[in-house]
Amino acid sequence: MKALQVDRKLGRLGLARAMSVLSPGAAARVGPLEMVTIDPPALPAPGWHRVHTHLAGICGSDLATVEGHVSPYFDDWVSFPFVPGHEVVGHIDTPDGPRRVVIEPVLGHAARGFPLPFEGAAPGDGNDYAHLATGRLEPGIQIGFCNSTCGAWAPEFIAHESQIHDIPDAMTDEQAVMVEPTAGGIHAALLTWPVLQGIERPVVAVLGAGTMGLCAIAGLRRYVPGVHIVVGARYPHQMAIAKLLGADEVVRSDELARAVRRATSSHMVGDHLSGGADATIDAVGTSASITDCLRITRPRGRVVLMGMPAEVTVDLTGLWHRETQLVGAYTYGTETMPDGSRVRTFDLAIDTAHSLGFERLLSATYPLDDYHDAIAHAAAAGRRGAVKVAFDLRPRARTRTEKASS
Amino acid sequence: MPRPGFVLEVDRSTPPLLFWRGENFSLEKLPAGRSRVIYPPEPLPAIDDIDGAIVHALLNPIDSDPLPAQLFPGMKLTIAFDDVSLPLPKMQSPDTRQRVIEAVLDMAAAAGVDDVHIIAALGLHRRMHEYELRHALGDRIYDAFHPRGMLYQHDAEDHDNLAVIGTTDHGEVLEINKRAADSDLVVYVNINSVPMDGGWKSITTGLASYRCLSVHHNGETLQNTRSLMGHRKHSALHTSIWRLGQVLRDHGPKLFQIETTLNTDMFPKPFDFISKREWEWNAKDRATYLATTKSLNRMPVRAARKIFHSIESPHQMTSIQAGETSAVHERTLEHVYRQQLVPVEGQTDILTLGIPFVCPYNPDGIMNPILVMCMGLGYLFNMYRNKPLVREGGVIIMTHPTYREFHPVHHPSYIDFFEQVLPDTTDPVVMGHKWEKQYAEDEWYRHLYRTGNAYHGVHPFYAWYWGAHGQQHAGKIIIVGGDPPTVRRLGFTPASTMDDAFEIASDVVGRAPTITHLHVPALLVADVT
Repeated sequence: MKALQVDRKLGRLGLARAMSVLSPGAAARVGPLEMVTIDPPALPAPGWHRVHTHLAGICGSDLATVEGHVSPYFDDWVSFPFVPGHEVVGHIDTPDGPRRVVIEPVLGHAARGFPLPFEGAAPGDGNDYAHLATGRLEPGIQIGFCNSTCGAWAPEFIAHESQIHDIPDAMTDEQAVMVEPTAGGIHAALLTWPVLQGIERPVVAVLGAGTMGLCAIAGLRRYVPGVHIVVGARYPHQMAIAKLLGADEVVRSDELARAVRRATSSHMVGDHLSGGADATIDAVGTSASITDCLRITRPRGRVVLMGMPAEVTVDLTGLWHRETQLVGAYTYGTETMPDGSRVRTFDLAIDTAHSLGFERLLSATYPLDDYHDAIAHAAAAGRRGAVKVAFDLRPRARTRTEKASS
Repeated sequence: MPRPGFVLEVDRSTPPLLFWRGENFSLEKLPAGRSRVIYPPEPLPAIDDIDGAIVHALLNPIDSDPLPAQLFPGMKLTIAFDDVSLPLPKMQSPDTRQRVIEAVLDMAAAAGVDDVHIIAALGLHRRMHEYELRHALGDRIYDAFHPRGMLYQHDAEDHDNLAVIGTTDHGEVLEINKRAADSDLVVYVNINSVPMDGGWKSITTGLASYRCLSVHHNGETLQNTRSLMGHRKHSALHTSIWRLGQVLRDHGPKLFQIETTLNTDMFPKPFDFISKREWEWNAKDRATYLATTKSLNRMPVRAARKIFHSIESPHQMTSIQAGETSAVHERTLEHVYRQQLVPVEGQTDILTLGIPFVCPYNPDGIMNPILVMCMGLGYLFNMYRNKPLVREGGVIIMTHPTYREFHPVHHPSYIDFFEQVLPDTTDPVVMGHKWEKQYAEDEWYRHLYRTGNAYHGVHPFYAWYWGAHGQQHAGKIIIVGGDPPTVRRLGFTPASTMDDAFEIASDVVGRAPTITHLHVPALLVADVT
């Protein structure tokens, strides 16, 4: 089958890194991503299924891979060559006919043949990641970064039953492909809760309103009670959608500090607010964004780092002095809700993407063959008025489709 | 003998006309046959013996005892003075305030008065920097009084040092600086740059609290102020202030008002060509214009701003009168109008205004977008008596780069106003009801106003209210050369060139509108009949 594959070719990675600075999407032409013909992966054990891709999203971490910006940290947590693609809706063939599913891509204990860390654990749960690099599969944190499973930028890949979620008949593929990023956003939103408890009208700032920032806003509004959400967004369409999803105040990114100051009645002392947001979600993940988030978060508040960073340079004196918590938000798993109940993030995400009509966040789809254009579009999504760009591998999809985001 | 102001009908031989564009200029050609230019009167001659005139005014006041007769040992004497918001540009040393206050202090010393406080009557304006106080008062006064805590700046948020004098029959509370309220005599030293200033406005705004100011500094009042520079009875603002003045007169401390007027000799060489009538420019003026504009175009705006704010104006005192506030102010207005009034027949469809680098609220600072609105619609539009130069529903065209730039120290709440309030509403009444309280009670703004050099948190609202009548009166407002998103945020229409602006205006005033250009500088008041 034809699939898009990333291989560890250092020259191409370097070239991609250089080219990505010059032009969005240029890295797709010269970088480590190639269209190849491969055999579908074999099913490694009982409980594994073959998933036929319908739609597969292009994520920020995929772009970082294609553009050669990924941290060396991941060198030992992925296995080359791999087929990217972890935001996916597809189907599994069963004797009763096709079964439409979304995939929770983390290759957890069950998928890798290890005991669960606790009964009913989700793939992302557990406090020891040894299983991600060992077991019956090649290393890989998720489908889409593992040589053994293939990824969703191919007509088919494999997934373990622990990763498979059925979706309602009424849910469209366009909504379903948004489930995975929605789960990431909800997880980040719920990570703010520990520092919000007991505050009558807590303020949470969200810096960045790309796909993940928007999903976090939706998560905050739906699952974090009484929260006042202030969003810094870069593009007009992002601002409009953020407002639609329930943000109380949406400003340009460079106005966020002042908006948070107003919302929290803080002083501005040098570069920092005297108080600030109770929690801030960084949906960008750069030196500048982390610095900004630390500046606008109150002492003993929490910065949830959702955007994937690489190497960054940040002055942490303020973090030390203000005893700020800096918390990563990688994926999802089992959440503890504000009312104390325990819920799978993916269940929340399926309901959210369906209820809120998240097909509105899917701005364009491309056939796999047009991957140069698709990557270029995704890399410039904000500027081009888009949110999520995806590959459409359904049989009828032969041409690109695009729609207004909002 | 200086020539009076006049109205030039533009014909084919009229050269292009000078327009301010912030920290630069442009020459614009106005259509012949239907355009006119209002030129200000030439500067009146200065008083020959200024110090002698000051002493004469103090010894021969209007409707009041001479100043020395009101001074006695053991008394509390407070001298309040107009702040850095005027004159513009700042005048060459010695400043009028220095000369007058030195004369007052000489008389106080002769009378054995040693409890003297000198207060900058800045209302909700920013505190003056030390160099500004030294410029306005001179080193001698500054060094003698400031180190001993006897020269300081009014604080409208220092509730321990404010006192209620009384309430008008309209329920307006007069609350002013406690030291002034408790004084045996308050001497107010004024510079009356425009007819709006002076009189009862001096103390009831300059030494007032926020709650006192807010009763008349609001959208409703300013929308109903139909003549800010003309007849007082048409100004809801001044009507309210005059009511407060009666409370001050009847229940407040004894007052001795000193008002001064300046001529309009505003720019020294090499910028004196700015004030000349364009057809009288000689080769040197044209060369200076070209060299100036080309240089300014090449330099960063910050450098250009520094040059302009360093200008010290040669304007000189044309009158001084002292004594009872109302009587003094009537005399002052005569002098102001003598210098600034220009008879103009009829209104116009389009009024064009060149917006300069400075207005009363950005001395040594940045003319931010809100101040562009304030200067255009609050000040220049209002430079009329009887009726506005532009007809109701007409178009106002301003020229200014209208960059989105703010002075972070002077104008912190302006930035928030631009980012938070203007995207929500540009209606002065709506914003007042919805947003002003939040800005008034913001502790950070309070802190910066009281201890730094920031305008009070509500000041951007006041600047916006100042343009309320002009905003309501005009059918369309266009800014030529402004940053388009910023201009749109103000609720105005951006245009690249003057011709584009006329084209845009044609939707409102048709294809052959009458056009009037208010020539700035200098200051003038159009007496429109």
